[in-house]
Parts: sequence; structure tokens; C-alpha cells
Amino acid sequence: MAEVRLEGISKRYGDFFAVRNFTLTVPDGEFLVLLGPSGCGKTTTLRMIAGFVEPSTGSIRLGNADITSLPPWRRNAGLVFQNYALFPHLTVDQNVAFGLEMRKVPKGEVAPRVAEALRLVRLGHLGDRLPRQLSGGQQQRVALARALVFRPDVLLLDEPLSNLDAKLRQEVRVEIRELQRKLGLTAIMVTHDQEEALTMADRLVVMSEGEVKQAGTQRELYEKPSDRFVAGFVGRSTFLDGKIDGGRFISDGGLSIECPNETAIRGAATLALRPERVSVTREPTPGGSNSFAGEVEFVSYLGALLDIHVRVNETERIVAQVPNRDGVFAPAVGEKVRVGWAPGAASVFAGVEAPRTP
Amino acid sequence: MTPLIFVTWLSFFSQTIPSFPPEGYSLKWYAAIIRNDRFVSGFLLSLQLGLIATTIGLLVGVPAALCIARYRFAGRELLNNLLLMPLMIPGVVLGIALYVFHVETKINTGLPVLGSLLGLVSGHTLIVIPWTVRLVSASLAGFDRTLEEAAQNLGADRWTTFRRITLPGILPGVVAAAMFSFVASFGNLELSLFLVGPGRTTLPIAILQYLEWKIDPTIAAVSVVQIALIAVTMLITDRYVKIARVV
Repeated sequence: MAEVRLEGISKRYGDFFAVRNFTLTVPDGEFLVLLGPSGCGKTTTLRMIAGFVEPSTGSIRLGNADITSLPPWRRNAGLVFQNYALFPHLTVDQNVAFGLEMRKVPKGEVAPRVAEALRLVRLGHLGDRLPRQLSGGQQQRVALARALVFRPDVLLLDEPLSNLDAKLRQEVRVEIRELQRKLGLTAIMVTHDQEEALTMADRLVVMSEGEVKQAGTQRELYEKPSDRFVAGFVGRSTFLDGKIDGGRFISDGGLSIECPNETAIRGAATLALRPERVSVTREPTPGGSNSFAGEVEFVSYLGALLDIHVRVNETERIVAQVPNRDGVFAPAVGEKVRVGWAPGAASVFAGVEAPRTP
Repeated sequence: MTPLIFVTWLSFFSQTIPSFPPEGYSLKWYAAIIRNDRFVSGFLLSLQLGLIATTIGLLVGVPAALCIARYRFAGRELLNNLLLMPLMIPGVVLGIALYVFHVETKINTGLPVLGSLLGLVSGHTLIVIPWTVRLVSASLAGFDRTLEEAAQNLGADRWTTFRRITLPGILPGVVAAAMFSFVASFGNLELSLFLVGPGRTTLPIAILQYLEWKIDPTIAAVSVVQIALIAVTMLITDRYVKIARVV
């Protein structure tokens, strides 16, 4: 296993940048997730590391070697494909052995290593089957064993779980993560599924339109999103457009909101608010600085949680998420309530962007 | 099917001039084929020609189909049409064109292509290439290219990837291409007519020449042998590749 360093890589097709100036170091043993909507450049980045796409500029280092211009077969990177890409005419054993064979591993060593890799993914008994005789989950594990058996410097995962059903996906997430930790693998995974990203990653990189929007841990991304896109893509947020005036955020609808980081920003701004940070009460909370009267417009029942949509004026509404528990105030549609939050609960970003829902 | 059944039935009639109902049944016409030198040598030449043309057709057609399917280059569409062209030009026209070309070559360079085996082989190669290109292209269209990427990711260079992954993947198309090529070459009459040299006849030409003078059931017997040969080829192929899937 080794460190992966991407230094200012870009991929240009004519005037279009699929990836623009991407710089990132993935330390040895880290599980990094590239997260973003489709078309954001995350898969292109992964394919550049694997060697299927040549960067227009920049360099890629794997361990101590510059691999920017090496063909895919000279790079020691194990890739798990979204559709698994198992060789249909070869048995499971032969599929897993392929990488060893290409590396001219002595015949006597191949069988034990294949068996070991298959045992690792709990498929030791299926070595003589053909891929089409396996379930989706089993094929996925064969693909994983095949990518690991030759001890790659880095494990690359391209949406590896998107073809599995929801229940299996949760199991495999944990399995891949455990395996990665146990073997001390450096891993880079691409996904558009934020829940998957949040549960598996040591660190995440949020991408949009070919650029890195933010890199950091789950907590950093969730609590300190760098811009509106990240705030909307990682977790949910209520967005209010407005401006900073006199140290307060004045929304277009006329709310005057006290916020923590107003000093750095002047003029047009966007405020993002996490629904679970908003409280819903019958009476104004004493001493609460941000407290607004409103009317419950819509309540969605999510089992453990309730989403309460409160209209605070003609154009704006704020979503609050409250636990579905005894003793928690759960208003009905049409009820007059107050919504409030601590000044530090919101994030404010400069400028107003066109709203985009990931 | 009806003509096939009648021809087969006819080949066992004992009388020389076919008439109904048959006067009796006999295998003598089959024996007559073997005693006829022209049929035997024609058969051997056709077989040889079919095998050589098919082999060359595959060697040219498979890489050509790969290039056309995989790469975007100037003149790609032109190349594709050029490779399929022999299928659209009537055999007689192609035959005359090649004949004139061979004559001119002989006059201008003195190379003995006219009526040579080489000339015959190159002509037949021309008519089998479209089959190879079309059938292999169809196979490639259904082939999952991520398999090639997977192989390369695992350490296989381009040639190894082709040999170990791509070729097995498109094998049904390649086998079908070989079979169609062989049949197209083996049964070809109109092109061969212009390209054979003295003393060198293919089986279809031998049949034609025989028919000019006689109409006894020997012809029926030869046809039955031809039909049987092609049927056997198809049946053997079908064991490896489901023909219905590629045609």
C-alpha cells in the first residue's frame, strides 16, 4: 500500500473541463471517498488514477513513483468496477488468478493466494463456478478479491455498491470497510450516494462540475460546509437568500437573523440551516435570539423523526426535524408555532446562487 | 426445402434421364462422382480455396472490424463501406473487373497472376471479407469493453487482453464469420469463372460444365454431397456457437 498524490490534474475535452486542477494527497491506509452528482468528474478522476484517462495537465504519484504516463497494466492499482466486469468465460478461481498470472507469480503460489483472497471475501467454496452462476453480491465480492489478490498499492472502487439491493449494500459497506482496515489498504471510492460516503469514508472530497468543493471529515463537511453546494449535497439544509446588513442576515422575506460568521461577508449572502438544529415551540423561547412566528404548512412522518415545514412569511419556510418521541411538541398542520435556533447553528455563504438540488 | 428433398430423391434414381415415377433406385451416381476426375479435383480445389480464403479473411477482417469498432479516425466510414462493398457488387461485375485487372497486371509487370491460384485466392478473399467484418463487428457491438479495462487493470497489455479476453468474448462471431466465409467461397461460381486457369476448376464450375452436356442424376448426387458438407459444417459449428444467436 502506498500514498497517492494528485498534483494539479486536469482533464479537458475541447473547452470542457471534466476535471479542473485537482490536487489531493491520500495518505497510506486512508479510505477516501469522492462524492458528487453524476457528471462532476469523480469517475474521470478515478479513471485517471487507474490509467484509462490521460490527464491533460498535472501529475499522479503512487508511492514514490510518478505514474502519470504509465499504461494501466504497469500501475499496481486494483480497480473494482461498477458492473464488476468479471470475465464471463473464466471461473471464479481463474478470474481471481488473472492478476497473479499477469505478474508471472510462480504456478505453485497462485492457487494458495487465490484461495486466501476468496476466503477473505467468504467465497472459498465457489472457486469453480462461473460468474453468471453467482448472485450480484457474490460477484461483487469476487471483483473485490480479484482486485486485492495481487496486493495493489491502492484499491480503487467505482460505485461498487450501486448494483446491489439496499439491505445487501449495508452489509457490504461494513465488509469492505473492515477488509480495508484489516489489510491497511489505501482506498479511493467514487459514489454519488451521500449515506454510503458518510458511513464508509475516513475523509471525503465533495466534487461539482470538475472541481473540488471541499475535502474533510464527515463532521467538517456537515458542520462547516464551505459553500451552498456542499451544504445542500451533504445532509439537508434550508436555504434562505438575502444580504448581510449591520452584522445581521436580512432574508429576502424580511427575517432579521443573528448569525455567527457575518463579519467576513458583505452584501448578498445565503444562509443554510440544518433542520435538526431548529426547534419548534408553542411559545417564544425566553432569551432566544432567532425566534420567528409561523404556521405549520406540512408535516412529514419519517418514523423516528418528523419533518415540520413552517411558513414564516409570504415567501419563506423553514424545515425543522424533531424526534418522534413522547413529550416532544408535534404540531398539526395549520397550527401557529414559533421556530428558533441558536446563532451558531446556521452557516452563511457569500453571494446568492441559483438553487440547485443534488 | 422442397428442391433439396427432390434433388436428394433424384440422386438415387436408377435411370439416366430423370422421369417419374422412378424405374428403380441405385447408388451408382455417387460412384460416378468419384470416378469423375473433374469433380474430385474441383472438390479438392474448392475445399483448399475455401480454407485459405477463410483464413486470410479472418486475419484481415478481425483486425479491421476491431479498428472500425474501436477507433475514430478520418476515413473510418469510407473504410467500413469499402470492406462491405464486395457484397454489394454483383459477382459477375467483380469477376470481370478482377479479370481485366489480372490481364493488365500480366501485360504491365509480367507477373503470372492471370489464372493462377494466387489470383483465385485473392478474389475469394475479397468476397469473404465482408462476412468477417460484418459478423465480427456485430459481436464487438455486444461485447462489454469494461472487461478489457479490467484485464488491463490486472496487468494485461493490449495483445494479452485481446488474446485472453476479447477474442474469447467475440468467438461466436468469429466462428460464424469463418463458417459463412467458407460457404460463400465454396459455393461461388460467377467470380471463379473469370479467375480459373486451364486445368484448374472449382466444384461449381465442374458442375456447370457437366450440365452443359449431360443431365443425368450425377449432378443431383454432387449437389447432395455439397449440401451434406455444408450441413455438417453448420451442425458442428452449432455445437460450439448457437448459430441462431449470431445470424
